[in-house]
Amino acid sequence: MSTDGTTREMRAEPQKGAVHQPSRSNGPEQTRPGVVYSPATDIFETENSITVLADMPGVQAADLQIDLRESVLTLTGRVAAPESGYESDVLREYRSGTFFRQFTLSERIDQAKIDAKLNDGVLRLELPKVERARPRQIVVKTG
Amino acid sequence: MSIRRVWPGRPVFNGPHADFDQVRHELLRLFDTVAGDAATEAATGAFPPLNVTQDEDNVYVRAEIPGIDADQLSISALGNRVSLAGKREIQLEPDKVSYHRRERAEGAFSRTLSLPVEIDAERVDARYANGILTLTLPKAEAAKPRQIAVRV
Repeated sequence: MSTDGTTREMRAEPQKGAVHQPSRSNGPEQTRPGVVYSPATDIFETENSITVLADMPGVQAADLQIDLRESVLTLTGRVAAPESGYESDVLREYRSGTFFRQFTLSERIDQAKIDAKLNDGVLRLELPKVERARPRQIVVKTG
Repeated sequence: MSIRRVWPGRPVFNGPHADFDQVRHELLRLFDTVAGDAATEAATGAFPPLNVTQDEDNVYVRAEIPGIDADQLSISALGNRVSLAGKREIQLEPDKVSYHRRERAEGAFSRTLSLPVEIDAERVDARYANGILTLTLPKAEAAKPRQIAVRV
């Protein structure tokens, strides 16, 4: 059962990137007003861990929250508008807002060993599985 | 390569219905605004999404390009045109992995913008931080607004 685990998404926010639409979801609302985007995410699994890669351009490490409780992983990143008050819009194709996404993990994760890196707007989150969730090779003896 | 004009609100005389289309477009935008959506941006689906703003001295172009090598970006400016090209590569994982989902896109991109004013190509500044590329394009002297003193 090394690679048949699943990560399910709790609810779908519109994605930023290819599909670029602000949120119209019916889920619980964020308390701060503003646009909520779902970051484009890659998730893969090895025998020992689950890795999550999420595109969150404009998010700084201090404004990124990662929360894992009761197997629900929540990613929240806030982006402050970079424009100064003196600038006027000429063309606007994206907006600064909040990145938010939740996943349900089927594997048990070793909370103490979670590792998160944020580089150039890409989050890399390593979620190591707890020891007993890893597959064990059973040696069959003969004779 | 996509080229678009970014000077808003200038009339277009390319057909008998152009004016009507413009009015319709503005109305739709108005409805969106009234409905409480900030969805007035011109989402083109082109990568990377760009924001262009200006103040008295500069035009600013900001692009969302997460996870790219700054060396992989090529930026050129001439007259009132600025071009942005590059390639986003997602590194292959060295270990054997099984993917649950792959949504992040990779590939080459190229965009050219026509700006509302001439810019001073010699003094363009480009910065890449947190996955956002920011170009500061100083306006050419001739394009800057001038204070006119009224003599009495």
